[in-house]
Amino acid sequence: MADPESPGGNRALHRALAVLAGDPRGVGEVLADRSDAVVVRVGDRVAKAHAPDAEAPALDVRIRIAAAPEYRGVLLPPASGGATSRLPGGRLGSTWPLGTPVDPDDAAAAPWGAAGVLLARLHTAPLPAPGRLPGPLPPMRGPAKAARALARMRRAPRGGQGASAEVVERAWAGLPPWCRDEEPGPASRTLCHGDFHLGQLVRHPRPDGPWQLIDIDDVGLGDPAWDLARPAAWFAAGLLPAAEWECFLGAYARTVEGAAAAGAAPGEHLPHALAGSDPWPYLDAPARALTVQSAALGVAKAGAEGRSLDEAEEACVAACARIAALSQVPNSSRPGGRRLEQCRPGPGVSGHR
Amino acid sequence: MMQCPKCGAPMHTYNRSGVQIEQCGSCRGIFLDYGELEALTRLEAQWGQSAPPPPPGPQGYPAGPAWGAPQHGSYGHGHHGGHHGHHGRRGFGRMLFSS
Repeated sequence: MADPESPGGNRALHRALAVLAGDPRGVGEVLADRSDAVVVRVGDRVAKAHAPDAEAPALDVRIRIAAAPEYRGVLLPPASGGATSRLPGGRLGSTWPLGTPVDPDDAAAAPWGAAGVLLARLHTAPLPAPGRLPGPLPPMRGPAKAARALARMRRAPRGGQGASAEVVERAWAGLPPWCRDEEPGPASRTLCHGDFHLGQLVRHPRPDGPWQLIDIDDVGLGDPAWDLARPAAWFAAGLLPAAEWECFLGAYARTVEGAAAAGAAPGEHLPHALAGSDPWPYLDAPARALTVQSAALGVAKAGAEGRSLDEAEEACVAACARIAALSQVPNSSRPGGRRLEQCRPGPGVSGHR
Repeated sequence: MMQCPKCGAPMHTYNRSGVQIEQCGSCRGIFLDYGELEALTRLEAQWGQSAPPPPPGPQGYPAGPAWGAPQHGSYGHGHHGGHHGHHGRRGFGRMLFSS
């Protein structure tokens, strides 16, 4: 998919990635070329150039996490045991086995149940012993990506999207500071993916091995609600059918409960709260943040391409308008208001004298 | 648009359970028209007497957040009138696969 922020014409990088993936002539198939990731395939292996600003020590830890036995069957392990190499131009590269992705033309066949199971296993697996990683576990980068989406919208040509951008900004302004990457997130010992969407699932071995999670660039300790919050946001925007959302959430809850029953779950209570009868008080703030993130990227892309919003982008902007309106009403009259109170303390209903 | 009689900032109208209330965007004070306090009190009393809250979703999960699309039972009348989840599937497909 064309990305307006892609550096484009990155032939030297493509060749270097093909060499890294195993073709000495530097010939490979470019699977993705975005500002934050370039992926080239050779045979059954892919090489990835990570984001130009990826920090090497944290990335090393993240790749070793993917290689750790605790996450076998959950995170796709790297092809080369977890080593990274410096590519021409300075970006870090890593190699991975090729998996079979979800068919983008058949979103209805998306493996929502498998996704819920994988995220629950990620959240409840014991953390690797500190000595077995090259450094401390970094924080999950979800909020950083949300802030980056807002920055991109602010840089993008407005096109005809000025009013939508205003709505997105108002919804953003009402989020808790940690969701805007302005403060550290809540203290957590839960490992999160940090950027879950359907493009992060592959079957391995090809073509019909078990589903596993890929793309560890945003993995780290954080609020596990963030990993459920993107499907939650799509559901809340009216884009994801209730049956698929419930399949995902139900699989997550059953897997968390199963891990607890087996005594395998760590002491962290948040996955269990998400698996409880009302996860929305926990999902609310991250789901609002990811709604704003999706809307901001949609507005940025539409503005840059001089087009109008597509239906999904429109739905996210409409959700932002409701979020912005809600952060102005007395929160005592609204269910699920716990997280909102943190960002907009209000006096509640009080009369005029 | 009404101005707040206390601090002079513009007031915004909200519909709470069918009762129009004005809230100041600055000091967040609330203005109630004649009869509106009684209407709210009546609604509150009905809430107190009413049976347990509505049953949660099909698998025991609540329908969604307060800011969810209107199909989720939150207030207001959105423009997504149809059965959600089935419109715009192509456009949505792209969003499903990207950050």
